[in-house]
Amino acid sequence: MATLAGAQTSSYAGANAWRVILEWLTTVDHKKIGIMYLWTAGAFGLVGMAFSLVMRTELAQTGTIISAETYNSIFTMHGSVMIFLFLLPIGAAFMNYSMPLQIGALDMAFPRINALSFWIFLFGGVLITLSFAAEGGTASAGWTAYPPVTLDTGNNAEPPGAGMDMWLVGVILLGQASIFGSVNFLVTIFKMRAPGMTMWRLPLFTWTTLVTGLLILLSTPVLAAALVLGFIDRNGAGGAFFDPAAGGQPLLWQNLFWFYSHPAVYIMILPAMGIVSDVFGVFTRRPVFGYRSMVLALIAIGLLGFIVWAHHMFTTGGVFLPFFMGATFLIAVPTGVKMFNWIATMWRGSNIFPTAMLFSVGFLMLFLIGGITGVFHAAVPVDFALHDTYFVVGHFHYTMSIAATFGFLAGCYYWFPKMFGKFMNEGLGKLHFWLVFIGVNLIFFTQLLLGLDGMPRRINDYVDNPGWELMNMLTTIGAFVSAAGMMVFLYNVFYSLKWGERAGSDPWEGTTLEWATTSPPPAHNFDSLPEIRSERPLFDLRFGEKLQDDPHYHVNNGHNGNGRGGGAKAPTASTREEA
Amino acid sequence: MAASAIPHKRVHPVRSFLVGDEPMTTGLWGIIFFIFSEIMFFAGLIAAMLALHSDTLLWEPTNGAHRVEGAHLLPILFTVLLVSTSIPMQFAAFAIRKGNRKAMLINMGIVLVVGTAFIINQYFEWSHAGFGISDGPYAATFYTLTGFHGAHVIGGLVFIFAQWLRGLLGHFDAKRNTAIEAATLYWHFVGFVWLLVIFPLVFFLS
Repeated sequence: MATLAGAQTSSYAGANAWRVILEWLTTVDHKKIGIMYLWTAGAFGLVGMAFSLVMRTELAQTGTIISAETYNSIFTMHGSVMIFLFLLPIGAAFMNYSMPLQIGALDMAFPRINALSFWIFLFGGVLITLSFAAEGGTASAGWTAYPPVTLDTGNNAEPPGAGMDMWLVGVILLGQASIFGSVNFLVTIFKMRAPGMTMWRLPLFTWTTLVTGLLILLSTPVLAAALVLGFIDRNGAGGAFFDPAAGGQPLLWQNLFWFYSHPAVYIMILPAMGIVSDVFGVFTRRPVFGYRSMVLALIAIGLLGFIVWAHHMFTTGGVFLPFFMGATFLIAVPTGVKMFNWIATMWRGSNIFPTAMLFSVGFLMLFLIGGITGVFHAAVPVDFALHDTYFVVGHFHYTMSIAATFGFLAGCYYWFPKMFGKFMNEGLGKLHFWLVFIGVNLIFFTQLLLGLDGMPRRINDYVDNPGWELMNMLTTIGAFVSAAGMMVFLYNVFYSLKWGERAGSDPWEGTTLEWATTSPPPAHNFDSLPEIRSERPLFDLRFGEKLQDDPHYHVNNGHNGNGRGGGAKAPTASTREEA
Repeated sequence: MAASAIPHKRVHPVRSFLVGDEPMTTGLWGIIFFIFSEIMFFAGLIAAMLALHSDTLLWEPTNGAHRVEGAHLLPILFTVLLVSTSIPMQFAAFAIRKGNRKAMLINMGIVLVVGTAFIINQYFEWSHAGFGISDGPYAATFYTLTGFHGAHVIGGLVFIFAQWLRGLLGHFDAKRNTAIEAATLYWHFVGFVWLLVIFPLVFFLS
């Protein structure tokens, strides 16, 4: 069992290979399930990227290559695949793999339900992608699936067919997988922590898992309700829910949909923030600045996330603008706290820049642009001007898509040695980073400019306004540069699995518990656990003795058993050099 | 659980009533979180109903049939019956906490019989409704809400029946009864979401 994770790297022959495949198909080990999520979500991510390349090829110049209907299908599936099948499950991948290790647990609280989650997710994902084969083509109403476009109202030139139903059912299944997963994460964090691992000693990634779990738990069922109503509307109710002609309300869908899909933005970005926090905590060789304020900011983002959904609907005229504007502005505060904390962590740190750290710094830069453009949108007058332009596309890609992806790529480079016992290649990693970083900025900054210039989103052709063709061409070039970067990454993954340099159990001098076990960890995760006296138990293990003699360093030495951990203060100048 | 050697701390009476004095197992935590997600699911459906009701031009079924009236004997009777099965279900949990498997099986049997009767009554109500699911917002929400609630009742009954069979096989004792406690909590949820929300809204919203 313990060596099976190494099966990724070595070739098994004949019957043995079947045994390994069977082992993976029937596994309930959170690490294997996490790795399966990683592979599957990564594959879906490549599919989604292929769709984006088709779109960018179409938009590179005026004139059309593919029909408007095909273009509708492509951008719908790009959004659906990227959000439901790449960003959400890849967060689940890291939460599955790392969270139980970080809290010193044997496994998840419900290992079999964990496996069930994965297989439901996979089935839902396959259902959505197979809708290309459906009669009438795939879903083509955008990933937001606003009615009445999703309905056959008699006014649509081409009403969506069975593909739309497959999309609805597929997303319901994905939601079910998410809910099971979130129950699992929450119970695991509340009940399975190792002795000494109090709530205030949880690593920041585990905290983000907790808040993400709560967001999934309370928002996904509302999306499920919306999808169920949408499915009934198309197959029986005759539009009574969402078609105004039959007495329904299109805005009802938007309210229910965004009640999920705004928190969903945080479901995607929070795990990435958690990864980045952990990475900063390791590669700056300092504790993350303001651990508790990080946690409180996280909780504040989670709470505020539930009361801002209608800022997606400002221009509908059906929402109370001042409240949602104010609440949306408020989110900038905890987000700003996190930004400053990350920067303060790097300030005077002994920073080193392996690829994981590069991606984390890249995350900060991208998220800054995304966050600031988000504040633009929160202002109702600005939103009225920019709604449904490429500025929106640029904004949300900067935040929840690319920034989140950078966080997850940082996670890949950071935890790859733990997962497979080998380093990823640093040279290829740096090439990957620079290609993708330049590429995505080329894509999305030009999109911001195009949006300011008034280019609407979701069109397959555009008028030849001055400057538009140039900027669209730049965007397309950026798309292909980033795609090239991702190919480098893909090569790096397989290269490193085969020829990567061997990593020990703690290759980065990590601070959290996952580095206290072998790489890859045995099926039971830990042979023994170090004493947990702060949120950085491995740091204490490595330097605790030395630092206790240091009058400038106040280590929480275990007498303080009231659950108020976080005793490890920032090292002073003298101790930092030793660290 | 493992804490049996340690003397029990004083516990809150409500907690003691609902899940007993033993330390809560992961399974119980799981079902509680799951019930919260179920609450949000029904909240979504109910919000949809209220939104449609507040803004609709025609709430009555569009085919001219009458809405299902709640002020009749049968709907009220079966509402009372469904909600009162929370009592034998809780008694089943009390019984198994004391290790009394026989009393548990009898009480769960009552729940199974009455719950099945509720579903059968719902079938008759659907078949006598006089309107179809496509007859306007009221009709669509009527079938959606009662249908999803019915599905949850059926799900609960299947789960309770499975535990009942396990009880027959000699499973469960005073220490190991998470599934019974979970079924009890879930059954309370199914009953109360009907009594407090769906029944008044579906049958009495004019």
